[in-house]
Amino acid sequence: MSRELDLAGRVVELVREIAGPEAEAEAAATYTDRALTRFANSSIHQNVADETTGLRLRLHVDGRTAAGSSTVVTDEGLRVLVERTVAAARLCPPDPAWPGLAPASPVAPGNWDSATAHASPDERADRVRAFVDAAGGLETAGYCRTVNWAGAFANSAGQAVTGRSAEAAMDGIARTGGIDGVARRNTGRLSDLDGAVLGARAAAKARAGAAPIELAPGRYEVVLEPTAVVDILQNLAIFGFNGKAYNERRSFAEPGVAQFDPAITLVDDALDTLGLPYDTEGTPKRRVALVERGVTRTVTHDRRTAAEAGATSTGHALAGGPSFGAVPTNLRLLPDGQDENGSGPTEVAGPVVDSDTAALIVGVRRGLLVTDFWYTRVLDPKSLVVTGLTRNGVWLVEDGEVTTAVRNFRFTQSYPQALAPGGVLGVGRYASLLPDSWDASWWSAPALRLASWNFTGGASG
Amino acid sequence: MTHFDVATAAVQAALDAGARYADARVMHRRYESMSARNGEIEQLTQDEDAGIGVRALVGSSWGFFAVPELSDAAARAAGTRAARIATASARVPGPAVDLVPTGGQSGTWASACEADPLSVALADKGDLLVHATKLSHEHGADLAEGRYQIWDTSKWFVSSEGHRIDQRIRECGAGISATVIGDGETQRRSYPSYRGQYGTSGWELIDSLDLGAHAARIAEEARELLTAPMCPSGETTLILGGEQLALQIHESVGHAIELDRILGWEAAFAGTSWLDLNQLGSLRYGSELMNITIDPTIPGALGSFGFDDEGTPAAKRDAVREGRWVGVLAGRDSAAVAGLDYAGSVRSDGWSRLPMVRMTNVGLEPGPHSLDEIIDATDDGILMDINRSWSIDDKRLNFQFGCEVGWEVKNGRRGRMLRNPTYTGIGPQFWRSMDMLSGESIAWGTPNCGKGQPGQIGHTGHPAAPARFTNVRVGVRG
Repeated sequence: MSRELDLAGRVVELVREIAGPEAEAEAAATYTDRALTRFANSSIHQNVADETTGLRLRLHVDGRTAAGSSTVVTDEGLRVLVERTVAAARLCPPDPAWPGLAPASPVAPGNWDSATAHASPDERADRVRAFVDAAGGLETAGYCRTVNWAGAFANSAGQAVTGRSAEAAMDGIARTGGIDGVARRNTGRLSDLDGAVLGARAAAKARAGAAPIELAPGRYEVVLEPTAVVDILQNLAIFGFNGKAYNERRSFAEPGVAQFDPAITLVDDALDTLGLPYDTEGTPKRRVALVERGVTRTVTHDRRTAAEAGATSTGHALAGGPSFGAVPTNLRLLPDGQDENGSGPTEVAGPVVDSDTAALIVGVRRGLLVTDFWYTRVLDPKSLVVTGLTRNGVWLVEDGEVTTAVRNFRFTQSYPQALAPGGVLGVGRYASLLPDSWDASWWSAPALRLASWNFTGGASG
Repeated sequence: MTHFDVATAAVQAALDAGARYADARVMHRRYESMSARNGEIEQLTQDEDAGIGVRALVGSSWGFFAVPELSDAAARAAGTRAARIATASARVPGPAVDLVPTGGQSGTWASACEADPLSVALADKGDLLVHATKLSHEHGADLAEGRYQIWDTSKWFVSSEGHRIDQRIRECGAGISATVIGDGETQRRSYPSYRGQYGTSGWELIDSLDLGAHAARIAEEARELLTAPMCPSGETTLILGGEQLALQIHESVGHAIELDRILGWEAAFAGTSWLDLNQLGSLRYGSELMNITIDPTIPGALGSFGFDDEGTPAAKRDAVREGRWVGVLAGRDSAAVAGLDYAGSVRSDGWSRLPMVRMTNVGLEPGPHSLDEIIDATDDGILMDINRSWSIDDKRLNFQFGCEVGWEVKNGRRGRMLRNPTYTGIGPQFWRSMDMLSGESIAWGTPNCGKGQPGQIGHTGHPAAPARFTNVRVGVRG
């Protein structure tokens, strides 16, 4: 038995002891070993690590529900957590919509690599060294991180599962004359991260961004690199495919309706990427087809949102979910041709990072190549109108070729509208797995060629 | 062992492992949050975390390590590990690191608190949210939501320079919102702001908000917004309410004056700043009405403390005086790099995160007018209030903000309600156009400021009053 499963099981037993055998309880224990080596001005300026075991408890007693968590995992700490949460539940109003506990069900093993899980600070620093050196004298900044999770879940309905996962990510920019180029990658194996390749790519893009011109705002055809497409996925996940938002009619999602271009297929699939293989309610994660060839099929649910919708949980319960919902955290936009496991495109020099994106550019008569979106915020969640800026490189494409760098734009654009039928002119054949800056979430996307994107102003005025 | 003993053991271990400077923070935090929707409690959670974070400087390279165990052995191991990480940092070394002197501070500090928010009966707290959201739902809100949050943080700081400081900071806040769902869009009104109001205060802050008294109004206003005319597009005179101006200060001044951004330390993620240190003391940031202070000593404001997380005592400082840029938010190492002689703005969001430059209370000093006087003096403009969306570029220049509500201002009178108001501009141009400023200042609390990798959530305060700006572009459409 793992230490985490022992902790979770002891918490469930304590709930029975303190609140009685009728109490329903679920407990998750997660050990997280996170290390992040951060660099700026081409030197390591922040280098951090922490090892934390956190316990999360939710219980339902006498028809009332409360939740709590603690990092104090001593015997006394466990008892304090349980007593406090039981007392809180007894003071809460009734919870008639309590959906019950997840039944016993096996989970798949997580994606885990020992070398990544136990990587040393020297190994991360070496990749930073390679990134800096490959940038050829350009100023660089970014990070290299590794994370190791070992978790367990137990509930009083008999579910008892464990899982583990490890990831490595590198994200960096190179700068020259105030122009930034970026390269980032996420993987389950630190050995897959080549700092030199990423540093060279970032530097090539930065150099290609020199002498940008100002273009007039307006609607432009665009080729979005995977780094920009990820922002679309994040907002679709939070505001669109979130079961709670759907139940509350705040989502655009309409299952059964062809809301997207036939080129768009979206799946949420934790098992083929990273993260623990069960959600915070202990429900096994599984592959969920959200959009198939343009037709919205479903949204993601936890047990509560599923009960409200007359559906079943899809394994998307999150801590804090009762407030903000059940959100896909492993969303993938499938590449053209379903080439999910291909070896990846050939690197090319210049602003176009790879041959896959280059193939999309060939068809553009006049449009923009966009690397990143930045500081995007939703103006209206239902129409999913979003404002934000471009970052880390924009280029004018004329007659299938990149002709000049362009200054950053601000845009205001409905994301579903941009992907609506007829809006998608091309999808890349290779999907990149990219890291989330904040959460244990992973996003996989190919490059996209879209018919129109609404740029509402130049960033400089 | 006391928490000071644990921290001291960690510092000594780091020094033994080769550090020339080390500090350690033991932190213990209790957090409680409750939310309600349409008259029913939606979620109650009570969290507790405790641990120690150790920072070590080996040569000119930093390392940081944190663990939740608070034993002597765990603390010593953490100190050693921090030094080892710092040693690895030297594989990609930077310039020499110095720390501006603060002296070996000793002290104890606690924020004012009349009613311990964690001791208020849960049933009473629930009744407050249930009542307010039920009332709002009954008055037309499709989604009437309410929430409070409470943080009770104790920390013990020790450094190899002799610091020995303990602090207890109690923070709380609450707010309600009403969302109505129309065909293809939603409208929302909130009270007292988009996020609520937060401060370093006891439950008396939440009592003073009187959430129930505003529940019906916000629902009715949200429904009215669904059929209100759209905010027109073009350039006009813009009057901002204090809550929106607080966010404007946060985004276009507070982040821009963070010294770590100015030095490029956040370049890859949070971004840099349009400010150049060579212009400190001379740059015209805004109109002469613009006086921005950095002041962690404001009683009850969310960014207040006795000492920052490097042990620097809280002190008030000018950031912009009569429109001229004169000060930055700094830490001990960033200040030394910049050749400045002050720090005091470094914090972390927990024991497991590295302290970094964060806003404290960055606020606009009040002006001579009232909001009514500003409206009276405006022939043609728009009044906007309560933030709905916020976005600004990575140099903190180009912004676009959306507000929940706008009103026409014609011939000195507030007129029709306007839907989906937005405005956009460039920071210094915008601030230079401020020509009227009210004296009705409130220190708004922002409990969700994101920065750093791994991500950290900061709590900041922003004194702000309604103000008027000329020739602002409004009504940007999607």
